[in-house]
Amino acid sequence: MNIRSVLVANRGEIAVRIIRAAKALGLRTVQVYSRADAESLPVQLADEAIEIGPPAAKKSYLNIEAVLAAAKAADVDAVHPGYGFLAENADFADAVTAAGMKFVGPSGEAIRLLGDKVMARQVAEKAGVPTVPGSNGRVSDLAEATAIAARIGFPVMLKAAAGGGGRGIRMADSVEVFERQFPQASAEAAAAFGDGGLYIEKLIERARHIEVQILGDGENFVHCFERECSLQRRRQKVWEEAPAVGLPDNIRERLCASAVALARAVRYSGAGTVEYLYDDATQQFYFIEVNTRIQVEHPVTEMITGLDLVQEMLRIAGGENLSVRQEDIRIKGHSIECRINAEDPLRNFMPWPGTVETLSVPNGGGIRFDTLLFPGYAVPPFYDSLLGKLIVHDDDRAACLDKLRDALDRLAITGIPTTIPLHSALVADPHVRAGRTHTRFLEHWLDTDFAALTRAKEEA
Amino acid sequence: MTTADIKSPLPGVFYRKPSPDSAPFKNDGDAVAADDVVGLIEVMKSFHEVRAGIAGASIRFVVDDADAIMAGQTLAEVQQ
Repeated sequence: MNIRSVLVANRGEIAVRIIRAAKALGLRTVQVYSRADAESLPVQLADEAIEIGPPAAKKSYLNIEAVLAAAKAADVDAVHPGYGFLAENADFADAVTAAGMKFVGPSGEAIRLLGDKVMARQVAEKAGVPTVPGSNGRVSDLAEATAIAARIGFPVMLKAAAGGGGRGIRMADSVEVFERQFPQASAEAAAAFGDGGLYIEKLIERARHIEVQILGDGENFVHCFERECSLQRRRQKVWEEAPAVGLPDNIRERLCASAVALARAVRYSGAGTVEYLYDDATQQFYFIEVNTRIQVEHPVTEMITGLDLVQEMLRIAGGENLSVRQEDIRIKGHSIECRINAEDPLRNFMPWPGTVETLSVPNGGGIRFDTLLFPGYAVPPFYDSLLGKLIVHDDDRAACLDKLRDALDRLAITGIPTTIPLHSALVADPHVRAGRTHTRFLEHWLDTDFAALTRAKEEA
Repeated sequence: MTTADIKSPLPGVFYRKPSPDSAPFKNDGDAVAADDVVGLIEVMKSFHEVRAGIAGASIRFVVDDADAIMAGQTLAEVQQ
């Protein structure tokens, strides 16, 4: 490997995860941090730490000049961007490369191409990946857009070409609503993303969110099977599994092959995720987007395949070929991840930072807790609410659910509210146990089943 | 004349404007109704509106736009 040191251009649990992987490979680790993160776990764990600015992410973790200056000062060979912040910023990837360092991820060009929803869709179509029926690219004219929507059939979604992560999406279930939404959505996209471009897609009403992990070294491309992330609240994933529940083998084969075809089409380098919607009723899958970075939920893939995706990313950035061939990658058992957030599920998921008093983490085979927490840590209010991820693995899904229930019982965080009670309720739910969920299941379940549970608890 | 405080219900970052390019929700000296939004609090990447909660003839902010604030901290004083 031609790198000996790496700068971690992120914070929180993923920074901890990257430091551990880098150390396992014998790399020197340098952590950047904002003034709010001086006491954070990754700063304690890294070999060196460099302050890059005030708490506001815009002035620290999103400040390309500040991060680059730290990388140069620390004289590192590579920069790992984690997820969020600058992870999918093509200009950042280019700047790292131009400064003579390796960006741990695909090229700026690939990020630019796949980050544009319209171009990514065209790449997918060319590679033979099925896409959701919709406009063939950007639409700017209302009459043309309305005609396309009518042809696809309502309900449809209006999506900002520059959006992502669930932002910049509107729904329309009739021509009247569509004609009202279109100009508003365009103005909103222009304000939010600096690009008013929109495209139109059919809304699949009972869709499951299934995504395929890919790895590439620019010459060889493999998939590491799929994850299911159908349990979402406000389009944010809450609970993820691998493999997808009850996905027929022949569909899995075609789904994963399509992700590899896409990776090959762009000569992908690094770890990436191809996201799909899957319609149980028709057994059709449709491409949504590519994420050109490590995902929050990558551990479930690691648990079922035995791969270390973050180490693999670092090795690829270090000029090595993939360490595995497709035939070496197999699914073993089942894995589930619960995102533990600093939010109060009993108060409409109000985020609530504060100081962790005690922390008790379950241990045992097939249990993993990726976290930024330690007792006495003051969770700052400036960043997202993810505190950690409880990940369990067992021989099959039923055993995995039992292990998860037990692990959730033993995971205790005091001092701040967390979403642990949400996950304890989900793991006991018969629909969840039966795998009968889809992307709109959780919000409805929160309003009905979870609300009833909460009321019963209050009365008792 | 009495003065009452508008306190922050949450820790986070206080914004006096709905977006960086907009005019402030309220200027010093403005009258406020109890239901008026006087600012936004960003906490863990989500935004929450702060309503005055009290009516008065004149509001005066004691924190600046984009200041970090604690739960229970006084954001503004209202003369009633």
